Amino acid sequence: MTERTKQKAHIEFTLNGERVEAAFAPHKTLLEVLREDLGLMGTKHGCELGECGTCAVLMDGRSVLSCLVLGLDTEDRSVETIEGMAEGGRLHPLQDTFADTGAAQCGYCTPGFLLVAKELLKNNPRPNRDEIKEALSGNLCRCTGYIKIYEAVEMAAARMRGEEAELPKESIYGYE
Amino acid sequence: MGTNRNGNEGQGKAGNDVPLKVVGKPFRKVDARGKCTGQTKFADDIVLPRMLFAKLLRSHEPHARILSIDTSRAEALPGVLCVITGRDLPIPYGILPVSQDEHTLSIEKVRFIGDPVAAVAAVDEDTAFEAINLIEVEYERLQTITNIEEAVMVDEPRIHEYGEGGNVHKKVHLEFGDLDRGFKEADLVREDIFFYEGNTHLPMEQHASVAHFDPDGKLTLWSSTQTPHYVHRALSRVLEMPAAHIRVIATPNGGGFGGKSDPFNHEVAVCELSRRTGRPVKITLTREEVFYCHRGRHPVLMKIRTGVKKDGAVTAMDFESYLDGGAYGSYGVASTFYTGALQTVTYEVPRYRFRGVRVFTNKPPCGPKRGHGTPQPRFGLEIQLDKIADQLGLDPAEMRLKHLVKPYSVTANYLRIGSMGLGPCIEKIVAGSDWRNKHRKLPYGKGVGLACSSYICGAGLPIYWNSMPHSGVQLGLDRQGGVRVQCGSTDIGQGSDSVLAYIVAEVLGIDPFDIRVVTADTDLTPVDLGSYSSRVTLMTGNAALQAAERARELLAIAVAEKLSVPVLNLSFAERRVFDVENPETGVTFAEAVVLAESKFGTIGTVGSYTPPRSPGKFKGAGVGPSPAYSYSAAIAEVDVDPSTGFVKVERVWIGHDIGQSINPMLVMGQVEGGVYMGLGEALMEEMTYRANRNVVHKFPSLLEYKSPTTLEMCDVKTYLIEDADPNGPFGAKEAGQGPLLPVMPAVANAVYDAVGVRIDEVPITPEKVLSALREKAKGKEGRFGPKSVPDVQWPQPLKVLTPDEGGDGREMPSVAVHS
Repeated sequence: MTERTKQKAHIEFTLNGERVEAAFAPHKTLLEVLREDLGLMGTKHGCELGECGTCAVLMDGRSVLSCLVLGLDTEDRSVETIEGMAEGGRLHPLQDTFADTGAAQCGYCTPGFLLVAKELLKNNPRPNRDEIKEALSGNLCRCTGYIKIYEAVEMAAARMRGEEAELPKESIYGYE
Repeated sequence: MGTNRNGNEGQGKAGNDVPLKVVGKPFRKVDARGKCTGQTKFADDIVLPRMLFAKLLRSHEPHARILSIDTSRAEALPGVLCVITGRDLPIPYGILPVSQDEHTLSIEKVRFIGDPVAAVAAVDEDTAFEAINLIEVEYERLQTITNIEEAVMVDEPRIHEYGEGGNVHKKVHLEFGDLDRGFKEADLVREDIFFYEGNTHLPMEQHASVAHFDPDGKLTLWSSTQTPHYVHRALSRVLEMPAAHIRVIATPNGGGFGGKSDPFNHEVAVCELSRRTGRPVKITLTREEVFYCHRGRHPVLMKIRTGVKKDGAVTAMDFESYLDGGAYGSYGVASTFYTGALQTVTYEVPRYRFRGVRVFTNKPPCGPKRGHGTPQPRFGLEIQLDKIADQLGLDPAEMRLKHLVKPYSVTANYLRIGSMGLGPCIEKIVAGSDWRNKHRKLPYGKGVGLACSSYICGAGLPIYWNSMPHSGVQLGLDRQGGVRVQCGSTDIGQGSDSVLAYIVAEVLGIDPFDIRVVTADTDLTPVDLGSYSSRVTLMTGNAALQAAERARELLAIAVAEKLSVPVLNLSFAERRVFDVENPETGVTFAEAVVLAESKFGTIGTVGSYTPPRSPGKFKGAGVGPSPAYSYSAAIAEVDVDPSTGFVKVERVWIGHDIGQSINPMLVMGQVEGGVYMGLGEALMEEMTYRANRNVVHKFPSLLEYKSPTTLEMCDVKTYLIEDADPNGPFGAKEAGQGPLLPVMPAVANAVYDAVGVRIDEVPITPEKVLSALREKAKGKEGRFGPKSVPDVQWPQPLKVLTPDEGGDGREMPSVAVHS
């Protein structure tokens, strides 16, 4: 017979700016704690092996793969998920540009991309295309071919710098 | 650019040539906000009270008889509520009526590593996982069939007891016109052999399903499926329940690409587990299991013999394909026909023969992946044309441009072509890429290659024979101005929910975001056959257009009466209905609904779409016909390192004939995504097997199955050609699949331009390039690719005279002549 009694760990951490308590089986990953114990389904999973970037969240402002972080390791730390990205009802500029450019097709990898892009723009408000590619190289997307994602990040970066930015005509209608 | 509606069969007549307000504009998708805030509910995001979790025990044997299954230890494990095995669900199913060869759980034997044999429901996932490991299965190993050659040669043991004898699933032999005459007229006859390795969809979302029996005994299944209607049918059959008691809701798919188009084992299993336990049951597949579900690109071996005149005009084409189908039928019969269907729709092919064979092997089943059965032959055909141009001293772009199929014609194999914008696609990319100054002119190691393609905009025939519409839309108008559009179509990320809203908004003159879109729910929405064969924009678009036109007509009659103006004078725009000659005279859209409801009662309309009949009447004419064909042309520029064989694709120029963009920005996204996926297939993606008699999947993980990251993705320069098709809604054609097709052969042709070697198979890996370069250095041909095809006994041909020969699309009476 297998031992069935499970002792739940009980921790506190900051989640999207709010103090939360969570009780969960100690072997659970942050991904599982978020989805299963805290009911935040915005963080998705593509492999649960650290291969695809889909489950990325920010921990103390740095992107981590929540499938490779133990829930226990978040104690007294600060975690940001997609649910915490919009402020009130207002979308983060990245969320706006992802929506406006079609950077989210199926939308499954989108939360991971958004959080990694947010980290990038915090550290580098004016990234060039190669820096964007490098920063997002750990996130897989099967729908977009990444191009609309780069464009969305560039547009959001410009707007966050206070500049006006729209998608170039050839990105919408193709070349003449 | 289309400026009025081009609906089929008289649809769109109410349009007064008003400029389009929504169609052709880069609106945000109606579901974009949910996707960018993590609020879109995918199947695994659904949680119900008292929900159980299921796991499938999958076979680790590739081919074996099941002698016994002992589930007693699993059943005794605390927290396990139910264990089922194959005998609990004895009725077979399968997507095609001709291949009902799958069971929810294997009964007599297992056919590949990953074939499910038992299912468990438990209080949590860990317990379910522990339980499947306690199930003991005794197997008797059988000889495995690992590849096409072996399947053709080894008749016993048979993987299935049906098909065309031994391990052959399907054979096809179709002949259109006098091939001998065609080859006699040719100045050059080339015969080439190609191989296209299998690869998989790799959607980011792993398949998931939740089943729940209501208190009244009715079943609801939420599932990441592209085809809720077909899942609905399969469940009714296997569970022996009336379809009226089953509701299938396709949750938004986290990527599909064809991989979620079959009814799957796990979908049926959770329903049965829910029925037995009386509790909701969820299953979410692991990434490894997604590789076993597969249904991806068939590995295809091809032999192509083509006769051409000195100017490259094709006189005859003889095409053979050999498909490795894996362990089950899936869409395989259709896939087989598709490998021979669309060769004729790009360039004039006056005489054409197709022979195809699909075999069973002990590997995960193959099925439809983006382009379904057509990327493989297109790869071979476009490389062969490049070789022909080379041999004849012709420019590959010029040669293709000279022999394009004519718009509004019928091909030798009876496919009716509509609008045909391939010429402008080629011209745009040739100019944009500076092709004439690059082809054969770049320094060693750099090269450009060109290829073209075409794809259907929806299969002309449904999967099961019937004469009903392929797509239905219901529209409800609320007296406060709200509009609800209901359709069975499934959004897999391509934007089909948005297309419905855009089209209805255009016709009714309202904002797309005023519309509530309800889709993919067999209880609430009329049938749409599913998100496959690039059918949704054209078919649901036409159905939505018809429903909206009908609603508009009711509103117009009521408003015309109120304003005392002729109906034809009314325009619908900016949430108003007004007199075009006197725009201040009008009512708001909501007032128009009130007037109509007062006059006619509750306002609801329906629309539906049935594709036109195909001119082909012979057996096998069902695959290939479509209401319209999209066209694409691509040029790839590559950098090949001759010391490592490494190929870097720098840029792809692609022209795509979209007919009319419903939303150009979303079309661009589909084109770029198609190029991306094509790039992966060209350079790295492959389903390969090792060990245990070459049937263990080598890379069932996202890390080891190589797909392009941001660092491998190339630049893409896209040109959209808008040559409106009379069968498309507003003239629209497809974008989801076609743009993938020319990428692989364009890359292969570019590698030849760069370093002078032919890689006649994908993926074009450094090893293959190096091997060809070494051969070339030894003074040999400088080619990597297959050298022979298996010896297959082909059936007698089904002969059809071509339209040019006076044929009527019917089979000729068979004569006992052996060719």
